[in-house]
Amino acid sequence: MFDLLGISPQVLMGQLLLGLINGSFYAVLSLGLAVIFGLLNIINFAHGALYMMGAFVAWMLLSYLGVGYWWALILSPLIVGVFGIVLERTMLSRLYKLDHLYGLLLTFGLALIIQGLFRNYYGISGLPYQIPEALSGGQNLGFMFLPNYRAWVVAASAVVCFGTWFMIEKTRLGAYLRAATENPVLVGAFGINVPLMIMLTYGFGVALAGFAGVLAAPIYSVNPNMGADLIIVVFAVVVIGGMGSIMGAILTGYVLGLVEGLTRVFYPEGSAVVIFVIMAIVLLIKPEGLFGKAA
Amino acid sequence: MMQQTTGMPRLHKVIFLVLLAFLIALPFFVYPVFAMKVMCFALFAAAFNLLLGFGGLLSFGHAAYFGGASYVAAHAAKVWGLTPELSVLAGTAAAAVLGLLIGSLAIRRQGIYFAMVTLAFAQMVYFLALQLPFTGGEDGIQSVPRGDLFGLISLQNNMALYFFVLAVTFGGILFLYRVVHSPFGQVLKAIRENEPRAISLGYDVNRYKLTVFVLSATFAGMAGAMKSQVFQLASLTDVHWGMSGEVVLMTLLGGMGTVFGPLAGAAIIVTMQNYLATFGAWVTIIQGVIFVIGVLLFREGIVGVISRWIRRPL
Repeated sequence: MFDLLGISPQVLMGQLLLGLINGSFYAVLSLGLAVIFGLLNIINFAHGALYMMGAFVAWMLLSYLGVGYWWALILSPLIVGVFGIVLERTMLSRLYKLDHLYGLLLTFGLALIIQGLFRNYYGISGLPYQIPEALSGGQNLGFMFLPNYRAWVVAASAVVCFGTWFMIEKTRLGAYLRAATENPVLVGAFGINVPLMIMLTYGFGVALAGFAGVLAAPIYSVNPNMGADLIIVVFAVVVIGGMGSIMGAILTGYVLGLVEGLTRVFYPEGSAVVIFVIMAIVLLIKPEGLFGKAA
Repeated sequence: MMQQTTGMPRLHKVIFLVLLAFLIALPFFVYPVFAMKVMCFALFAAAFNLLLGFGGLLSFGHAAYFGGASYVAAHAAKVWGLTPELSVLAGTAAAAVLGLLIGSLAIRRQGIYFAMVTLAFAQMVYFLALQLPFTGGEDGIQSVPRGDLFGLISLQNNMALYFFVLAVTFGGILFLYRVVHSPFGQVLKAIRENEPRAISLGYDVNRYKLTVFVLSATFAGMAGAMKSQVFQLASLTDVHWGMSGEVVLMTLLGGMGTVFGPLAGAAIIVTMQNYLATFGAWVTIIQGVIFVIGVLLFREGIVGVISRWIRRPL
């Protein structure tokens, strides 16, 4: 079959793997956006910048403090999360009563500042980050070569996505969260500290972006612009999936990553725009998004 | 509050006349190319403000029309050898078509989604500008000839070009002013304030939204097309999302929903970029800071605040 299409299975599998990796990042990032949007009604434009920051914090931990990958995987999201909480407390929280568009504008400004600062101090050429020793090398699967680190990225993001979904949909804490999404005033009246919950939710969503950044650091070079273009694609992913459902955000991320990978095999010129084309089609057929609720 | 039907209020008339006199004198005091850049961005911001300030629709992808038109106009002047006015017209028409295509999809979503959809489509236009055969990839279209206006007047001279740019941008801004203060503009404001009510009054809301979107895209395109003639260049910067952000910033800083705010915002931002050009990434940081301060403390914008002080709409 492969010979018929003139495409070797190695190329196909290689691109599918690449698509799955990209899909992992789309999934984790759009999940973070969806979690934040659910409670705060804000689209976090700074998400890409914070993803970049996650990668940079990992790089700094290693270069300045000698802290390795595994600790960075925990510390970097924590640092980014705390940074996010500071942003939420000092700025975002002042906008909840206003039009949601102001949240978008504010976070866009924050993204410019964060990216500009990193560009000032580290340039745009990109910094290398070594793959941790335990994950270097790869497996020969017969039909393709699978680098260990890439397999790890897919597995780690899947675990994080599933864990987040489980927490929100199946635990008591998640039930509070979903209730507060529906009706924050009523939930507050039951004695639950809603502002605290909002703060932690933003911190958590942002920490997810930081986590994705650490995962990305050894694959892509660490550079200040790494989040800027990615986040726009993630926005398209979010529009396609609709932000109504956590599982929807995750699935859409993975599937679109794979679709992009397939496009790279069969029609390479279209790979950069395929997600936007899908977005146009979804807008025509089901404007509220595949998993969205009608507005 | 309503500005009644006797045409332009006197205050606005005075301001426009003073502005025109100022712009006629300006090239004799400052570098004409700089002044032309300000005017192009003023028209761009005014077109954007038509959509955001009066239509209540936040597009985060206006670079697509601005930059798209600049590519088409540059191509028309360089490869097809069209005269400047026809090149600008070709660019503007291209922006209108693009606005119609993207707008008819984007208006299917509201609010935040609308912003994300327009941004995503603009990014698609960016990738097209990077990959299409006629756009020159990373280099863009360079050394676009300035040509002869109507085949008669050479625009090689900066002064001649300046007055062409002045005529087009000023005319465009006056046209946008007319649109805002027309019955059409009143319906737009009604939709912005209360969409369900406008629907129940029998207005075809989506048609109004699409019309204002296309108008806004068209004039954004006119601004971009003019810019490509001034700088003899169409480049990826003009279609990049950073450009979409800049026009939002100009409008926010000057005062969205005011007539003169976007013009002031454009003048301030372009001047700032001009003076801070040597500081590299600091320009981005400062723009980000203005965004943050503007959103947190200064949502009316400069002209909005002045308008409140003198208690007249500006």
